Amino acid sequence: MASRRVRGRSLPVWIGCAALVAACNGPIESGSDDGAAAGGAPAYGDTFIQASIGDIGGLIPSLTSDQSSHDVGGMIYDGLVKLDRDLTMVPSMAESWTYSPDCLELTFKLRRDVKWHDGRGFTADDVVFTYETMINPKTPAPFKEGFLLVKDVEAPDPYTVRVRYAKPYARAVETWGTYVLPKHLLQSFAEAGTLRESPQNSRPVGTGPYLFQEWKPGEKVVLVANPDYYEGRPYLSRVVYRVIPSQATIFLELKARGVDYVSSLTGIQYARQTEYPAFRKAYQKFRYPGSGYTFLGFNLKDPRFADLRVRQAFAHAINKQELIDGVRLGLAREATGPIRPGTWAHTDDVKRFAYDPEKAKALLAEAGWKDRDGDGLVEDRDGKPFTLTIRTNQGNDERKKIAELTQQRLKDVGVQADIQLIEWAAFIKEFVKPRRFEVVVLGLGTGTDPDQFVVWHSSQRGPDQMNRTGYANPEVDHLLELGRSSCVQSERVRSYHRIQQILAEDLPMIFLYTADAMPVVTARIRGVHPAPAGILHNFTEWYVPKTQQRYTSG
Amino acid sequence: MALFALRRLLLAIPLLIGITFVSYVVISLAPGGPLDFLTPEDPNASVEVKERLIKEFGLDQPIHVQYWQWLKRAVRLDFGRSFLPDGRPVLTKIGERLPVTLFLNLIEMAIIVGLAVPIGVLSATRQYSLYDKITTVFVFVGFATPDFWLALLLMILFGVQLGWLPISGLRSLNWEYLTFWQQQWDFFSHLILPIVVATFGGLAGFSRYMRQSMLEVVRQDYVQTARAKGLSERVVISKHALRNALLPVVTILALALPGLIGGSVIIESIFAIPGMGQLMVQSVFSRDYPVVMGNLVIVATLTLVANLVADITYGLVDPRIRFGGRRGRR
Repeated sequence: MASRRVRGRSLPVWIGCAALVAACNGPIESGSDDGAAAGGAPAYGDTFIQASIGDIGGLIPSLTSDQSSHDVGGMIYDGLVKLDRDLTMVPSMAESWTYSPDCLELTFKLRRDVKWHDGRGFTADDVVFTYETMINPKTPAPFKEGFLLVKDVEAPDPYTVRVRYAKPYARAVETWGTYVLPKHLLQSFAEAGTLRESPQNSRPVGTGPYLFQEWKPGEKVVLVANPDYYEGRPYLSRVVYRVIPSQATIFLELKARGVDYVSSLTGIQYARQTEYPAFRKAYQKFRYPGSGYTFLGFNLKDPRFADLRVRQAFAHAINKQELIDGVRLGLAREATGPIRPGTWAHTDDVKRFAYDPEKAKALLAEAGWKDRDGDGLVEDRDGKPFTLTIRTNQGNDERKKIAELTQQRLKDVGVQADIQLIEWAAFIKEFVKPRRFEVVVLGLGTGTDPDQFVVWHSSQRGPDQMNRTGYANPEVDHLLELGRSSCVQSERVRSYHRIQQILAEDLPMIFLYTADAMPVVTARIRGVHPAPAGILHNFTEWYVPKTQQRYTSG
Repeated sequence: MALFALRRLLLAIPLLIGITFVSYVVISLAPGGPLDFLTPEDPNASVEVKERLIKEFGLDQPIHVQYWQWLKRAVRLDFGRSFLPDGRPVLTKIGERLPVTLFLNLIEMAIIVGLAVPIGVLSATRQYSLYDKITTVFVFVGFATPDFWLALLLMILFGVQLGWLPISGLRSLNWEYLTFWQQQWDFFSHLILPIVVATFGGLAGFSRYMRQSMLEVVRQDYVQTARAKGLSERVVISKHALRNALLPVVTILALALPGLIGGSVIIESIFAIPGMGQLMVQSVFSRDYPVVMGNLVIVATLTLVANLVADITYGLVDPRIRFGGRRGRR
C-alpha cells in the first residue's frame, strides 16, 4: 500500500486566497467508469504530468509551508507512519508501534530494508536526528508543535525508536509521519542552522518512492521511480510537476492533454466546461467532499454578537442551500461543524438552524432589535440601526459572492450590511489578528486528526493565535483538553461529539459549507480508487497498460 | 560629449541610491511581511520560529538601519539570499530567469520595430486613404485588446482546437530526447504564441508614433525642396523624410530598454514562462525583500542607463543637436 503523507501540518490551517487543498474523504462519486475495468495489465513506464499553480518553495519540506513543496516532498521522503485510504495510521518505515499502558511511551520498530536514495541504510539514528533537527531553535520549521511536546527520544538499537511524553498526547503517532531527514548528509547543516543553504535543499536524498531528478525553478520538477523502494518500485516511471501559474492555462492544457492530472476543477469547469464526450473519454472525473469548510465568523468581543440570540438570528437568516447553489453550483455540502464528515470523530447529531427569516426577526426582536421607525431596518432602544461590515479577502470570488448573498439575506431581516474586500496580507494583519472586524467570511482546513484545541480553546485568543472569534466556553475547554490527552480513540470520540454539539448551539461562527474536491485524472491511468483519503493515497499503484503508454522515455 | 556623459553618469549614482531607498521603504511599509508567508496563518507556526527568522533576516532593526545594511552589501554586488525556504542567492534567481525574458523581449522588439516602421510610414504617406484607415482600425483594436484575452483565444484555437502549437511552457517535456533540429523547432513553436500576443499589443503605440513623426516630417520645407529637385517620391520618402522621422523613435527605443528585462507578468503567467516578470510579482507577493530589491536595482540602473544612451545617441544621430550646443539639451 502506498502512502498519502502525513504532514507536520495537519492541524487546521486558515486557507488563503490560493487554490484549495484537495485532500478528502466521505462519500465518493466518480464521474467516469472505473478506470481499472477496461483491460490492460499493470506495467512499468510512462510519465505522469501534473500541473502545479505555484513553484515549490524548497526541497526540504519540513521548512516550507506551501502545498506544492509538500506534494513533491511527500514523494521523495517517507515517515515512520502514514495514512491509508481511510485516514487510519498504518506503518510505513516503521514496522509497528506500541504504546505503554499510560500512553506516555511510544515505541517504534523500524523496517530493516529501507535505504536512502544514495544507498545508505536507514536507521533509528536518522529518526533521532530528525527529531533533534525539528526541535532545534535554529531550524526554521514552521510546524514543530508536535515535537515540542516530546520529553525525549532515544534509539536503544538501530531499529528501535523510543519516544517519551510528559503527558499523554493524542496525536503522538501522527507526529512521526513527518519527513525523516538523512543524518549523514545534513548533520553539520542542521547544527549550524543553515539547512536552507544545504545541498539537500536543491538535490534531496530521501527514502520515498521517487528519486529527485531535476528542479527548474518556475518551470518544472522531475522525479523518477525509485527502483529499490522498500514497498516495491512504483509503476509510473516519471512524475513531472509543471508550474503553470494561471488557472485558465492549466485548464486549456488539460483539454489539450498536456497535463494528466489536476487536483481540483472549479465548479464551472466541472459542471459545464468538461461535459462533452471527448473530455469524458480522455479523463476520469471525481468528486467528493474536500478537507475544509467555509464559515461566517463573528467577533464575539462585539457586544451585539456576544448575544447568542443575535447569532442564532443570523443563522436562521442565512440560506445555506442558496449559497451552495449560487456560489458553488451545488458542488458543496452543508457544514454542521468543524470536524471532517466521514471521519471517526464526526457527528451529524447536532442542532441545525433552518432558513427562516421570520424566526430570525423574532430572535432579533427578543434581543432588543426592532424596526422602530418603519424604515425596514432594525434599531436598538436608542434608535441606533443594526449596521455591520462583512469583510473577506480580495481575489476569492466564492467568498465575495457569499458576502453578497448574505448581505441580501440580512437585509431581509432588517440588518444593514456593507461589504469590504481586502488584500490577504492586509486583511489578516489589520483586521483578523487584532480582531477589528464584525463579521468575516473565511475558510478553515480540517486536519486528519479532530484535535482543534488551537481554534476553540479560550487560552488561544491572543493576537497571534487561532481562536479568532474569541470563543470561550469552559466546557469546551475541558473537552478539548480531554480529547487531546488520550491515546484511546473510543475515549476521544465522546469529547469530540460533544464539542460539535456545543459549537452548533453556541454558534461562534456559522459553518456554511464544505466545498467538493473535483480532481481529474487522465483515462490512461488505471488503479485510481477514490477513498476517504482522496485519490492520491495509492499513487504508487497507479499504472498505464503497456499499449497505452504515451511517453516511452524513462 | 565625454564630459557630458561622465557628468550624467556621476549624477546617476545619487539618483540610484534615492530610488533604492524609496523602494526599500515602500516595500517594507506594505502590509504583511515575509514571515506571514513563510509561516502562514497556521497554529503550528510557532512564535519562536518567527522571532528567530525576524532576527536572522535583520527585520527587527529600524528601516534605515536595514536599508544601510542592504546598501553596504549591494555596493559589493552582494544582494543576499532569498527569504523563501529555498534560500538561494538573489543573483542566481535572477540569473536563471533573465535570459528567457531578454530573449523574448528582444525578438518581440525587433518584430515590433520591423512592422511598425513600414506601417507607420505607409499610413503617413497615404494619410486618410483606405489603407490608412484599415491599419488605424487594426492597431487600435490591437491596442484595446487585453493581452490575456487574446492569449486565451489563440491558445484555444491553435492549442486545443487545431493542436498545431503548444499551449504553454518553453520546451516540451521530451526535449532531451529530440534531435537538434527538433529541439530548435520545439523551442520556436513554444515562442510563437507569446510573441504574437506581445507584438500585437505593442505594435499599436509604436506604429502611431511612427505615423505621427512621419506626418510632421513630410510637411517640412526640406522635403518640399527634395520634391522640387525632381527626386522620385520613393527617394524623397526613404532618404529625406524617413531618416528624420526616425529620430524620435530612437528615444523611444532606448527608453524601452528597461522593459526588455522587466518582462510582462501577464504574458509570462499565462504562457507559464519562467521569466523576470513572474519572479518580480512572486517576490512582491511573498514580500521577499532581497529579490524585490535586486530586481529593482537592475531595472532602475537600466532605466538610468537608457536615459543616458538616449541622450547620447540622439546627439550622435542628429547633427542639429551635435553642433547646436547653444540649445543646451537638458
